[in-house]
Amino acid sequence: MLSKRIIPCLDVRNGKLTKGVKFQGNVDIGDPVETARMYYEQGADEIVFYDITASSEGRGIFLDVVERVASQIFIPFSVGGGINSVSDMRAVLVAGAEKVSVNSGAVKNPDIISEGAAAFGSQCVVLGMDVKRVEKSAQIPSGFEVVIHGGRKYTGMDAIEWAKTGEALGAGEICLNSIDADGTKDGYDLELTRKVTKSVRIPVIASGGAGNPQHMADAFTQGKASAALIASIVHYGEYTIRQLKEHIAGQGVPMRTIW
Amino acid sequence: MLAILDYKAGNQTSVRRALDHLGIENQITSDPDLLASADGIIFPGVGAAGQAMDELSSGGLDEVLKSLIWQEKPLLGICVGCQILLDYCEENDTRTLAVIPGECRLFNPAWTEEDGTPIRVPHMGWNRVTLKKDCALFNDISPAAEFYFVHSYHPAPRPEFIIGETMYGENFCSVHGRTGLWAVQFHPEKSGAPGLKLLQNFHAYCLEAKNAQ
Repeated sequence: MLSKRIIPCLDVRNGKLTKGVKFQGNVDIGDPVETARMYYEQGADEIVFYDITASSEGRGIFLDVVERVASQIFIPFSVGGGINSVSDMRAVLVAGAEKVSVNSGAVKNPDIISEGAAAFGSQCVVLGMDVKRVEKSAQIPSGFEVVIHGGRKYTGMDAIEWAKTGEALGAGEICLNSIDADGTKDGYDLELTRKVTKSVRIPVIASGGAGNPQHMADAFTQGKASAALIASIVHYGEYTIRQLKEHIAGQGVPMRTIW
Repeated sequence: MLAILDYKAGNQTSVRRALDHLGIENQITSDPDLLASADGIIFPGVGAAGQAMDELSSGGLDEVLKSLIWQEKPLLGICVGCQILLDYCEENDTRTLAVIPGECRLFNPAWTEEDGTPIRVPHMGWNRVTLKKDCALFNDISPAAEFYFVHSYHPAPRPEFIIGETMYGENFCSVHGRTGLWAVQFHPEKSGAPGLKLLQNFHAYCLEAKNAQ
């Protein structure tokens, strides 16, 4: 049986691991390569790196991080942040990432999904979505709107429709981040997660709000997510990944427990 | 030395990094002489079967590979490299290498998980392999070990070539072939310690086969 995946997310700025709350006030908390290796040894099923560097100089440092990670950890990892073209995708895949996540780049140019899928295969292309709760309307019937720029810009797109469009264009997976829940540690937005997992047949990663292992178990059992993204609950040493897995496996959720 | 077959549809660098980490000498190559002098060949692959076959046959590598297989050169096919050892793949309606009888099929969307929900495709993530017969690749690997899969099509070889199966809605063949010619649907180079062990086991087999000659 396919195990549910636990995926630590590492935000990287100028080559340093950082963690922000609601995309504000980032603080450097360590070396991304060392941290990735620690999570690999602890049993992480996959790792996500998100480049929040703005400068092109920072981009070079980031690609170097990706290469160093690829030579030290032997589980899949994906890379997102600042991916706006097929050549951006190629650069991170060549550096050693398995998958590449497109987010605002795909909102601005949806064809990047189909072009990436044609060039590298659907399994390489993750559609990252940042989503906020809004009043239901004719334009946003689900009450969940896609946002970009860390939640500062509304796109006028319904999250459910965008997920379906992404799947049709060839995305192999969706990483679904609730901006409302992100950083709160109050749990994933289960309603959003379930709405999206019901609407597409590709795997969905729940993201934003994990504060304890029960939140993650709920994302799997109620949200029907295939994977759960986590950040601060492991970055600050509150839980190890093994502890999280033992708790979740105890509820009958299939987990990879030996590695 | 292990040769990692170089063609455009491969994930050669991931395999190379894993072998480097294990201290196993390796070379990414499409040179027929180097392939012939290697102790064994790893045949990686990602993407679509049709494109992979086009890349192989346009350089004549399909015939090189087949002839080395007939000469019993040890070979390990990974992912798409596992699928195109069969006769035919539904993906892009592709005639493939035909060194192992059988075909490769799209996951049946009607298959359901235990809770009744339809399976998601691609099959992406970690899953177990249940061996149907002894296989040297799995020496000293726990039966509870999991491996990383990412694929939408699965091998369906003739039953006598099935070595291992994996449950995803229903059982499908995830390891096939015969001794010395193995094909795994998962990615050992991305499967943590059990995957690295499998690559080491393949290398050990290659050295034994060479010494036995």
